[in-house]
Amino acid sequence: MSLGFSLTKETIWLLEGVGALLLVASLVGIVLGRRAATDAARATVANLNARIRAWWVMVAVFAAAVAMGAIGSTVLFALLSFLALREFVTLTPTRRGDHMALFWIFFIVVPFQYLLVAIEWYGLFAVFIPVWAFLFLPARIAVSGDAERFLERAAKIQFAMMICVYCVSHVPALLMLDLKGYTNNAGLLLFLVIVVQMSDVLQYVWGKTLGRHKVAPTISPSKTWEGLIGGVLSATALGSGLWWITPFTPLQAAGMSLLITILGFAGGLTMSAIKRDSGVKDFGALIEGHGGVLDRIDSLCFAGPVFFHLTRYYFA
Amino acid sequence: MGGRLLAGLIAGFARLLAGATVRYAGYKPAAGQRIYFANHSSHLDFVVLWSALPSTERSKTRPVAGSDYWDNSAIKRYLAREVFRAVLVDRTGKTKDRNPVEDMVAALDAGDSLIIFPEGTRGDGTAIAPFKSGVFHVATRKPDVDLVPVMIENLNRILPKGEVVPVPLLSSITLGPPLRLGAGETKEDFLARIRGELERLG
Repeated sequence: MSLGFSLTKETIWLLEGVGALLLVASLVGIVLGRRAATDAARATVANLNARIRAWWVMVAVFAAAVAMGAIGSTVLFALLSFLALREFVTLTPTRRGDHMALFWIFFIVVPFQYLLVAIEWYGLFAVFIPVWAFLFLPARIAVSGDAERFLERAAKIQFAMMICVYCVSHVPALLMLDLKGYTNNAGLLLFLVIVVQMSDVLQYVWGKTLGRHKVAPTISPSKTWEGLIGGVLSATALGSGLWWITPFTPLQAAGMSLLITILGFAGGLTMSAIKRDSGVKDFGALIEGHGGVLDRIDSLCFAGPVFFHLTRYYFA
Repeated sequence: MGGRLLAGLIAGFARLLAGATVRYAGYKPAAGQRIYFANHSSHLDFVVLWSALPSTERSKTRPVAGSDYWDNSAIKRYLAREVFRAVLVDRTGKTKDRNPVEDMVAALDAGDSLIIFPEGTRGDGTAIAPFKSGVFHVATRKPDVDLVPVMIENLNRILPKGEVVPVPLLSSITLGPPLRLGAGETKEDFLARIRGELERLG
């Protein structure tokens, strides 16, 4: 991982493409705002426009972090992990006896995991949370001496740590991969984030326009088969069109895109089930129109680790 | 002046740490004198509530705190007296030369607002303890000052009683509709009523 590496020409094109897309989205939002006739339509368009405005901010932050090189991306995802973990644990019914274990996760596990990403120590990066932290946490909770709902508490905290820290850390870890005949790892990171996030957006668009049949109405009323299929297929098409930024052939890029969009959907659905169980609509309120950080990166949590390992296995 | 600066820094840090969402449930923030009364489960309660007030109100709002705790070390004394301008009261209520009610009324007479925790001490965050009578005596002496119930949630998880290091979860602060002492209302009725109004916000 080189410190402060500059963006390649291809990466800059891609970021410019994202900017152009947002510009189009903003214009469409303005037109839809003028056309909305009913109160319900106005509310939907107002939410859409809030989402687009938030996208501008998210894209600007993300692009600035990526432009700062490996350190910028690693610090950004460390912060996202921290904020997502905060949202998740806030909704988890922890007890006083969990306090020190939580302190360890927030202030030791998160920084250490991302330090391992930054120094490119793959061996420890891969096992630090699933082995070391996994065994340490329940023991630390047990030391506090509160046995009530012990396994439930330990399991929920473990889950929060796996999803919000371990899984998310695989996204910037793409920058440490040594790939055959390919050095633009920032492009690989952009490919993952753009395809997964565009899949979310396209699923939303297809679902809002054509959505009829719900996938899992007891979990999420907004996820429809039409949205899922339309979103996955159009995001896969988009991803295969971006093969030039990756180490993949167009066909490989299509396969990878199909996989990460389906994983992204699985991530969104899983996190919806957790929200439904906790009786909340969103994990937080940090990003206007989107909810919390975890609401925005839930799909990335699932797509990131699998994308990382497949790329590492077949292309390193 | 150094105290004022430090107070601002501490408020900013507390806001970052506690990520508090401020909700107005029947209360409109406006200039004016009032008594904020809140549930108490963490050392952070006062700072987070105070940092959630509009900055113009913040400089005129003083916490009421126990002198037994805040007067027993130089740092705590400096924070309480110079930084937060706390009204330090004797929680044992036994010494007749320093009546807590007189101290609070004096602060109100000087035009300041107060933050009080009528439970008297920090709880474990699960239930609100019965209120001490001080708030009734203050309300009797100053019947035209609004009492604003403030429900503070999750701070007991961020920094519970007895812990030294915080865990940065998200908290929330809910301000309810202002209350006043009713004509002829007894101490017991009044304390039960305002405690109920606070509980209702949870």
